[in-house]
Amino acid sequence: MNNLVVSISPHIRDRADTTLIMRDVLIALVPVIIASVVIFGPRALLVEAVCVASCLFFEWGFEKICKRPNTIGDLSAAVTGLILSFNLNVGIPLWQAIFGSFIAIVLVKQLFGGIGKNFANPAITARIVMLLAFSGTMTTWNTPTILHPAADAVTGATPLTMIAKDELANLPSLGEMFLGIQGGCLGETCTLALLIGGIYLIARKVITWHTPVAFIATVFVLSLIFGQDPVVQILSGGVFLGAFFMATDYATTPSTNKGRIIFGIGCGLITVLIRIWGNYPEGVSFSILLMNILTPFIIKWTRNKPLGGVE
Amino acid sequence: MPIKRMNGAHVPHRKNTAEMAAVRIPVPQQLVIPMSMHIGAPAKPVVKPGEDVKVGQLIAEAGGFVSAPIYSGVSGKVIKIDELVVSNGSTVPAIRINSDGEQTVLEDLTPPTVTDYESFLEAVRNSGVVGLGGAGFPTSVKLKVDLEKVDAIIINGAECEPYITSDTRTMLDRTDEVWAGVEMLQKYLQAKRIIIGIEDNKPQCIAKFNELCKTTQGVEVAALPSMYPQGGEKVLIFNTIGKIVPEGKLPIDVGAIVLNCTTLATIAQYIQTGMPLVEKCITIDGSAVANPQNVIAPIGTPMKDLFEACGGFKTEPRKVLYGGPMMGIAVPDLENPVLKNTNAVLAFDEKDAKPPEPTACIKCGRCIAHCPLKLMPADIEKAFSLERPEDLKELKVNLCMECGCCSFVCPAKRPLVQVNKLSKAMLNKYNAQLKAEEEARKAKEEAKKKEEEAANE
Repeated sequence: MNNLVVSISPHIRDRADTTLIMRDVLIALVPVIIASVVIFGPRALLVEAVCVASCLFFEWGFEKICKRPNTIGDLSAAVTGLILSFNLNVGIPLWQAIFGSFIAIVLVKQLFGGIGKNFANPAITARIVMLLAFSGTMTTWNTPTILHPAADAVTGATPLTMIAKDELANLPSLGEMFLGIQGGCLGETCTLALLIGGIYLIARKVITWHTPVAFIATVFVLSLIFGQDPVVQILSGGVFLGAFFMATDYATTPSTNKGRIIFGIGCGLITVLIRIWGNYPEGVSFSILLMNILTPFIIKWTRNKPLGGVE
Repeated sequence: MPIKRMNGAHVPHRKNTAEMAAVRIPVPQQLVIPMSMHIGAPAKPVVKPGEDVKVGQLIAEAGGFVSAPIYSGVSGKVIKIDELVVSNGSTVPAIRINSDGEQTVLEDLTPPTVTDYESFLEAVRNSGVVGLGGAGFPTSVKLKVDLEKVDAIIINGAECEPYITSDTRTMLDRTDEVWAGVEMLQKYLQAKRIIIGIEDNKPQCIAKFNELCKTTQGVEVAALPSMYPQGGEKVLIFNTIGKIVPEGKLPIDVGAIVLNCTTLATIAQYIQTGMPLVEKCITIDGSAVANPQNVIAPIGTPMKDLFEACGGFKTEPRKVLYGGPMMGIAVPDLENPVLKNTNAVLAFDEKDAKPPEPTACIKCGRCIAHCPLKLMPADIEKAFSLERPEDLKELKVNLCMECGCCSFVCPAKRPLVQVNKLSKAMLNKYNAQLKAEEEARKAKEEAKKKEEEAANE
């Protein structure tokens, strides 16, 4: 009878753990996977699978080499891989996708200490590195195969590049844009699927509404102010993907609701400024990375005031 | 009713024993009664080994102002006064009484004469009652206040910890005594407003007291959402009267007194019958217990007798707790006795006993979102690991009431409460050091001044 465990309270814990949270994110991304395959054809699934597999491999390999505990079971690497693939276009050479996974997992995540310790979003940073390294393939957009089932290598443009080049007549209709029938990255085009996934995450309390709402609303309002069509601006490019799935990454964004609103507004602001005055037609990735860098300061400014605390 | 409420966690209820009226256990063979079952000075034994005692007899008197007397819960013989290692690791004197099984009640047990506030306080002090909800603070000390300052007396029937139903049983089985207590508070403390706070997972209790409130002015029932830690003193005050007890202050500083419902019932019982606090209703539950139920046992009953009365164990117990799973204290063996503030004894099997393996913090912010006092446990943990007491001071870790919400919700299973406890110790050390430095500096200045004065002369 003298083998009783003596440990500190609490003696019960909530069921949710890191794996369960990451599994919820993966579930939330399933509609986006389906949409990407419907819109861009089966190669979408191949790119996604390669990214997920290579991210898991790099995480496992790095931890093996560094003799750290293996954490691929927490599924965070799978989430990174999937989100990275959503930031690539369907025609990306697979070796480039694998290179991106290496950047995301090894350089951005593991070298900073692994899950929870990286300051920049791995998928976004990898995408930006790839954009600079492979500017050709990273900015070659395939027209949705759903529009041209016969020829699967028709090169099109994203609505944002059309706007940048003043080819407004070629813009898809708003309905098409909402359903994702437009040029762009694998996971960013179908707003409907992203919205379903995002609402699922909010309902499951994995994320809060603060960042996505602040982000999207800021893009909407600023676009209006700068004379752009606000609906086109939020439905094209990576606003929904970024707002729901990348600007809500735990490690690289503030953990208080006040901080999350500031983060979202900052992302929206930088996105619109880049879209309007920058050389790139799209600014979501840069905006999130820049706000990642500001996160420690936002956390400092938005610390909770403890109830009953006196100075 | 304020709409704003403190944060908390949705913990499982597991009130398996709520419908079970308390059963008196067979008279235990031996009681072990520690002299320190309350906050404050230990009680002083007034009996000697070999002396015969009866139920309700004084065996130890209060050892100071902040202290409480102790009475015997059995009739029998004092066999020795030795020492006992209690659950916080300290060693306290303890009286051991062998019972004769007769349960002979002391003959001259008469109700005290209570006519006014002073005599009421005296009676509360003599009843041996301390905060029975868990805190163990001597109730007479808590009630010794400037009555002008009291806006509301809050009766705590929240019982927010999982498993525990002993207060539920008090409210259902001893309704008359609780109500008599309420009337005493109105009479002797001139309480203008009495609020009975009950979590809404106890609709029977709410209904019973709502019925009683209909006929009386100045008493109301606050049906509170079942959100842990609803029964925490600061939480209950905020959620009923909307006031925040500031750092370093007491509830009375915001005009509130919080009394546990069993505390109140026991005071009423003493004033009505003269029988002081000698026994407790305790919830026996947990995954290792054969027949979970509520029992009534004399204070000092070893835990093993409690489990025996509940059919023993269905699997080998691997963790045994005083109190609920959120704030309960794990004990090393079953010899530990029932204390005045014990309201549950839980035993868990292998599966429930093992603390989970912590993984890396993913900065999800759940600990921050759930802290009732809006502390930031993740940041506190970081400051602690970097040994930055000045940051801990800014993060106000000293306010932490160790309710356990942060650890409970943490998906990485980090031991945040433990870190908060250690952080408090680090901060105390740092504050003491600052104070010592400040004093040394002052002393030096003073010495210098004197030297200068001496030189001038």
